[in-house]
Amino acid sequence: MDFQQIIQQLINGLGLGSIYALIALGYTMVYGVLRFINFAHSDVLMLGAFSAFYLAPLVQKMVGPESIMGGILVFVLSAAICACIGMLIEFLAYRPLRKRPKLTVLITAIGVSLFIEYTGQHAAVFGSATRAFPKILPEHQIHLGKLMLNSNDIIVPTVTIVLLAAMWFIVQKTRIGTAMRAVSFNQQAASLMGVPVNRIISFTFGLGSALAAIAGILYSIKAPGIEPLMGVQPGLRAFIAAVVGGIGNLPGAVLGGLLIGVVETFAGGIPGLSNYRDAIAFGILILILLFKPAGLLGRATIEKV
Amino acid sequence: MLEVENLHVSYGSIRALHGVSLKVPAGSIVTLIGANGAGKSTTLRALSGLIKPASGSIRYDGQEIKGLPAHAIVSKGLCHVPEGRMVFANLTVRENLAMGAYLQRDKTWVAKQTDYVFQLFPRLLEREKQAAGTLSGGEQQMLAIGRALLSRPRLLMLDEPSLGIAPLLVKTIFERIVEINREQGLTILLVEQNANLALAVSTHGYVLETGSILLEGACADLKANPRVQEAYLGA
Repeated sequence: MDFQQIIQQLINGLGLGSIYALIALGYTMVYGVLRFINFAHSDVLMLGAFSAFYLAPLVQKMVGPESIMGGILVFVLSAAICACIGMLIEFLAYRPLRKRPKLTVLITAIGVSLFIEYTGQHAAVFGSATRAFPKILPEHQIHLGKLMLNSNDIIVPTVTIVLLAAMWFIVQKTRIGTAMRAVSFNQQAASLMGVPVNRIISFTFGLGSALAAIAGILYSIKAPGIEPLMGVQPGLRAFIAAVVGGIGNLPGAVLGGLLIGVVETFAGGIPGLSNYRDAIAFGILILILLFKPAGLLGRATIEKV
Repeated sequence: MLEVENLHVSYGSIRALHGVSLKVPAGSIVTLIGANGAGKSTTLRALSGLIKPASGSIRYDGQEIKGLPAHAIVSKGLCHVPEGRMVFANLTVRENLAMGAYLQRDKTWVAKQTDYVFQLFPRLLEREKQAAGTLSGGEQQMLAIGRALLSRPRLLMLDEPSLGIAPLLVKTIFERIVEINREQGLTILLVEQNANLALAVSTHGYVLETGSILLEGACADLKANPRVQEAYLGA
């Protein structure tokens, strides 16, 4: 691999990694407030991609094909749809189990995930065939010296960075973000401060699901096509990323996502290693869990009673 | 100010409270004493909306608040400092206080009240930037009370403020509780296992035993009551 290839792979890896980071944020935020892994998160990603799939032709009819405006509109509408779906999942499936053991909720999450995946495969819903994803944004080839970049290679990380910055701002600087952090530390104490816990949990699911929808679209732009099980692979990697970075820790999710994305891309570019991408991702997970069980940026929590 | 009538609470099939009635007049310090497991904390948790009572009535300022969610009850000025303090361990002292002011939109009031809390507990000012988890038990209790004061309470419910705290700090904390009551005119409902301490600072007391009120009266009378002396004052 020469220098130029390394740069090219690095760009691809960061692009893929930033998508993982967006998905991982959803896992880690929900874990932060409710202490369980929302396995249906990867299916919300798929629903985001399908929302865009159905919305794109409608929007393009309105604002013309391959326009930036139209692209943004598709992103925003899909994110809004998935935010509602995420909140609905929480309300119907998880909220009634709020006082039950976490294992009950975890198994329910797996149930919700399978329900969405197999309902999606039904011929009357999406069907199980892989479908070509429509062009949502205008595409250009950009030459930078010897490097050849697709405009999507720039758009994907840019969108991600903007969203990550927005997330950081929401969580650290706004009232609702403060409430999210309070709820994640101690729900009862938060409610005694006047924080409406249910509304905050709902908001967290909405926010995470909106990010998943956008990640789903960004992922689909480069994927060969979309189908109801498409969320499983990126979902799994993003979950690993969230754990590697330290579950419950937002910067950790981003770091983990980028790490997994870059490693996976480089492994894919080395002949003989490309079939071991998952093995490498899980290898990283095992190493991290062995040597730093709380994750790269996770802090071991000590509770004083 | 607060009138509780015939309050019943169950945890599943276990009946924790059966028919608790009590009154907290404005401006007073009322205490609820009783042994471990008598239902003291359960009573406070029902009043602040952390658990839903099965039946009975809770009137606060003449308004029925039974069944309201905890955050709605706080917004009315009925604040609860829970047992075990529940400070946000990863947040600093100052951030914990800011969290207490979550519902307060008036920034000048919050700044003034924060200063008041620091003046009440200078120890908190010294540890302003420290994570709350690194504080001692007594300091955490001060923080929990300070945090509740920032929720703009008119009635403050304190659950076992002496629990697991060094005796010297217990004395300071109780002095401050009286001070808050006198200077800010804050009504206080105090739950304590340490009956000696509680009866010394309060005006009126209730004795809770296995989920119902056994005795009530002026604190002086309760202290003189042989049953109370034997069971709770170690006389």
